Amino acid sequence: MAEYSALSLFKNAFSGNRDWKPAWRKPDPKPSYDVIIIGGGGHGLATAYYLAAEHGITNVAVLEKGWLGSGNIGRNTTIVRSNYLLPESVRFYEFSMKLWENLSHELNYNVMFSQRGVLNLAHSPGQADAFIRRGNAMRHGGVDAEWLTPQQIARKVPGLDTSKSARFPVVGGLLQPRAGTARHDAVAWGYARAADRRGVDLIENCEVTGFLREGDQITGVSTARGDIRAKKVALAVAGSTSHVLQRAGIERLPIESHVLQAFVSEAIKPFVDCVVTFGAGHLYMSQSDKGGLVFGGSLDFYNSYAQRGNLPTVEDVMSEICAMFPSVARLRLLRSWGGVMDMSMDGSPIITKGPLPGLYLNCGWCYGGFKATPASGYSFAWTIARDEPHAINAPFTLSRFERGAVIDETGHGPTPKLH
Amino acid sequence: MLIDCPHCGSRDLAEFSYQGDATRARPDLASTDTKAWLDYVYNRPNPAGRHREFWQHAGGCRAHLVVERDTLTHEILTVAFARDAAGGDAA
Ligand SMILES: Cc1cc2nc3c(=O)[nH]c(=O)nc-3n(C[C@H](O)[C@H](O)[C@H](O)COP(=O)(O)OP(=O)(O)OC[C@H]3O[C@@H](n4cnc5c(N)ncnc54)[C@H](O)[C@@H]3O)c2cc1C
Ligand SMILES: [Zn+2]
Repeated sequence: MAEYSALSLFKNAFSGNRDWKPAWRKPDPKPSYDVIIIGGGGHGLATAYYLAAEHGITNVAVLEKGWLGSGNIGRNTTIVRSNYLLPESVRFYEFSMKLWENLSHELNYNVMFSQRGVLNLAHSPGQADAFIRRGNAMRHGGVDAEWLTPQQIARKVPGLDTSKSARFPVVGGLLQPRAGTARHDAVAWGYARAADRRGVDLIENCEVTGFLREGDQITGVSTARGDIRAKKVALAVAGSTSHVLQRAGIERLPIESHVLQAFVSEAIKPFVDCVVTFGAGHLYMSQSDKGGLVFGGSLDFYNSYAQRGNLPTVEDVMSEICAMFPSVARLRLLRSWGGVMDMSMDGSPIITKGPLPGLYLNCGWCYGGFKATPASGYSFAWTIARDEPHAINAPFTLSRFERGAVIDETGHGPTPKLH
Repeated sequence: MLIDCPHCGSRDLAEFSYQGDATRARPDLASTDTKAWLDYVYNRPNPAGRHREFWQHAGGCRAHLVVERDTLTHEILTVAFARDAAGGDAA
């Protein structure tokens, strides 16, 4: 299996990089497993890793319809933060942050986690109040938060239009210094390699097309590579959740699938060294190590399973970034792409046992599932192994909607496009 | 995406605002069937394929429309005034 070191880089450079070993095996599916995880995105791979590493459950297969990391884990804008308001969210995302802080060591794989800070700009006194309230809630939950004045912001982010004549003047900003970015592909690959080494079978090009059942009990799956049995079947397919669960007879869920686009510009010299978000609209941006500006805005605002969006959103996002950073107006875009988001009815995820016996469900990640990857995998593995939730995912049930115990950070109500 | 508004003709997506699934059926206001209310308020079929949905031509004639659209390809299949279209809330 592939090991990376200064010496191996050097040796392989001399042999034209032809002799690298694969980072994980390509096994054929066995007839049965203790646990099958559907979906080889960040959450599926992390779940497999923690099942093996934390619970000693290694007779596990991850079934992925395409190649590992071909979904949202490889399409996001890589922002990692725990700057939430509600106690349930603060606990969950801060748990995740702590796992991020040790992830490269834990996986022995450099996920390039960079705690460069996330700065939320406020553009009105009301917004400033709301941000300060959120900052206080964060500090109350043991999370770092700082309020910055416009003068401090102008020093920290020189390219930003902080003038009084800006269309939406900046009145302050909430900074989480420990937040930042990570290399999204490396997160998938790191978890994949670490899970593979503990004996997990990662099976690519293996779409799940149906479920095997005995009565209500789920006993396995039908796939493009035949039927596979399992004691427990766990679903982590993000934007495809409703579509896949329809094959188990679940016709309705508190989820809508929407397309979110993202963009990267041509590479430029160092320009911003933190993540900046625009509060007068919806925009988040950072600069990648290669120099490109990586940014995104809102959803396209209609149900979609197409991994591409439309031009009105592109126009909107571009006008926002130009309002924030007038100097980027003449930069050229290198690429844009889309991913299918599992938008939940309250904007919070679902990590739970059920909804059928033998089945476990992980979905509802909206715009924010990348930062959740470690905690999602950790608590989902816990739930699968012990048949009860970990304290951090206990509130994130499917039944909370029925009970009126929604976890709605933004207070938008059951309008998924707005979360 | 272009939507063929029955009043204004074929217009750009940017003029329309999306109002979600049009197959939801609101229970009778006197109903205390919590399961039916749960389904109406929170649960959606969210199909990959043909989807029946509300749009408003907010930047045009302001009519509410029921559109059938393929969520896999974004192809618009049918467009009608919401008041004429049967089913769901529009009934
Ligand atoms: C443009 C964009 C920007 C984003 N920015 C951020 C951000 O800055 N910060 C943040 O925290 N989050 C962000 N997100 C959200 C985050 O990427 C997702 O919430 C998260 O990646 C979802 O979990 P996942 O990695 O497991 O999903 P995925 O990687 O989508 O994994 C699901 C997998 O399931 C597979 N699958 C589907 N159906 C089947 C089937 N029938 N059989 C087998 N396999 C199947 C898919 O092929 C896919 O690989 C962003 C998302 C997008 C699209
Ligand atoms: Zn019209």
